[in-house]
Amino acid sequence: MIHLQQVGKLYRTDRVETTALDNINLEIGKGEFISVMGPSGCGKSTLLNLMGLLDEPSSGSVALDGKAIDGYGDRALSRVRNERIGFIFQQFHLVPDLSVVDNVEIPLLYRRMSNRERRKAALAALDRVGLGSRTHHFPTQLSGGQQQRVAIARAIVGRPGLLLADEPTGNLDSQMGDEIMGILEDLNQKEGTTIVMVTHDPRMADKTHRVVRLFDGRQVQ
Amino acid sequence: MIKNYLKVALKVLSRRKFFTFISLFGIGVTLMVLLVATALLDYVFAARTPEVHADRMLGVYQLTMQGKDDTETAPPGYAFLDRYVRPMAKLPSVERVALVTGSQTVVSYLDGRKIQSELRRADGEFWRVLAFDFVEGGPYTVADDEAGHFLAVISETTRDRFFGGQAAVGKTIEVDGQRFRVVGVVRDVPVLRYSSSADLWVPVTTAKTSAYKEEWLSGFYALILARSRADLPQIKAEFQSRLREAERHLPDPKTFQHLYTGADTLFEGVARMFLPAGKAVANPGARLRAVLLALMLGFMLLPTINLVNINLSRILDRASEIGVRRAFGASSRTLVGQFLIENLVLTLIGAAIGLVLALGVLHGFNVSGLIPQAHFALNFRIFFYGLAIAVFFGLFSGVYPAWRMSKLRPVQALRGRSA
Repeated sequence: MIHLQQVGKLYRTDRVETTALDNINLEIGKGEFISVMGPSGCGKSTLLNLMGLLDEPSSGSVALDGKAIDGYGDRALSRVRNERIGFIFQQFHLVPDLSVVDNVEIPLLYRRMSNRERRKAALAALDRVGLGSRTHHFPTQLSGGQQQRVAIARAIVGRPGLLLADEPTGNLDSQMGDEIMGILEDLNQKEGTTIVMVTHDPRMADKTHRVVRLFDGRQVQ
Repeated sequence: MIKNYLKVALKVLSRRKFFTFISLFGIGVTLMVLLVATALLDYVFAARTPEVHADRMLGVYQLTMQGKDDTETAPPGYAFLDRYVRPMAKLPSVERVALVTGSQTVVSYLDGRKIQSELRRADGEFWRVLAFDFVEGGPYTVADDEAGHFLAVISETTRDRFFGGQAAVGKTIEVDGQRFRVVGVVRDVPVLRYSSSADLWVPVTTAKTSAYKEEWLSGFYALILARSRADLPQIKAEFQSRLREAERHLPDPKTFQHLYTGADTLFEGVARMFLPAGKAVANPGARLRAVLLALMLGFMLLPTINLVNINLSRILDRASEIGVRRAFGASSRTLVGQFLIENLVLTLIGAAIGLVLALGVLHGFNVSGLIPQAHFALNFRIFFYGLAIAVFFGLFSGVYPAWRMSKLRPVQALRGRSA
């Protein structure tokens, strides 16, 4: 599904050069549920951003479904993100000015489909995460757990094959964290969605198929 | 998608009320000033009673006589116009030619009261080139002018002043020591009607002396009415060839050897007044248009910069949203489109405010009587200009911030950083 070969990421400022990732080699198969662990600042989120094509590696290559995406332009990258990848963020990143259902529709705005089809798909995704009754609320009217469920609905509404979750339970209490984890496991098992999840929580990592450990930008396991 | 953009645009505007107010105020006031200025210009230059044929009318409003040591510029004199312009009426492309003086202030005394009026001397063709709105009687004729009959056409205001609003035709009016019989009364003509406004009009031949007949520079204008608008370039060219002919018969060839002017539309005539005298200028209107455009753009610069600044801070404020949209498949180009649409919504709301303010100011002008007998209004054309200005505003002030936004990488935007 996704293949990282000798991937490195450097951040340069005027004075210093920081290595965020160094020589990462990783193969993730279709339908896998993987967690990425490691101490703060070890490069977990950077790795996820590279897999999600939100950032470019300084060295090495990233391939998705066997195709290297090096050299893709902005439009081509946007299309790949839109059709094949879904994101879940620790801070939810919901648009406060839009209702729940409008937030969920965002990925579908960049596809050719009618308003009615878009609305139908968004409502189905909200049903899938158990929020069918809150479609016209605004994000600030929801609890943290509910906001994260909206974010999951937004991530899956376009039926992407790959879901990238950056500490999806990091801002939630354990009960809500378990609920969110349940939804992710369900998506993985019933729909075969490939999931890569960054987490600090060993309890959550234990529920995934495989754990990738990073330390100072290097893969240690 | 557009519906979603509009929804977000309106929400964003209502979220930051103070900035929205500042933006709308800036756009509204700027547009108001531009709309009022456009309405004033439109009022002066557009075809309106009595200059209803302004679109196919040319005037000779100014003449420059130039020699080695001396240059004189003034409205042309009767002698020049009578010999070289009036005969142009015989051209197939010309319908009529009229001669008229600029207005001069004259004094009358009535029952011990001093009354000041604006008077023009005009030939008989003047009444056929222009379309005055007669409320009583009619104009004097070419024959009346040639015979030197002391007849007058007066305005409604003049009738009120001299005759207390009673019917005036057939009555006598005394101005500047001369007595005229009133033959017609016309609706008032605002002072902004450059070639026609006055309180009373009398034949050219009633002038106190006949010295004007020999003058090349004095206070006359010629109005040339073409058969169609398409004939204007040909008439302008013909006028220039006649000007060259006139140059060979100058009254004082030792002092002056060259003549400069043009058969101009009113706009070109006004433009010529701002140009350096003593030069042949082919298209004076283009220069005035460029100056007006530069002034307009200069005036719009400040609110545009303000809007650019506000837009930049709005982008920073919405970095997370931009990041999310980029992550879920929006290309830079799509987001630039979204941002420009939002900005257009803002400027169009500002334009609506500007329109309402402009209507208020023009109404104030009309009610105050600041410019006598003038009635300013916003017509469809001016509204279209306003809309064009607003769209220009919206696009121009949105382009730079949108470009900055397009440079924002998704991962930077999600961290809430600017590019």
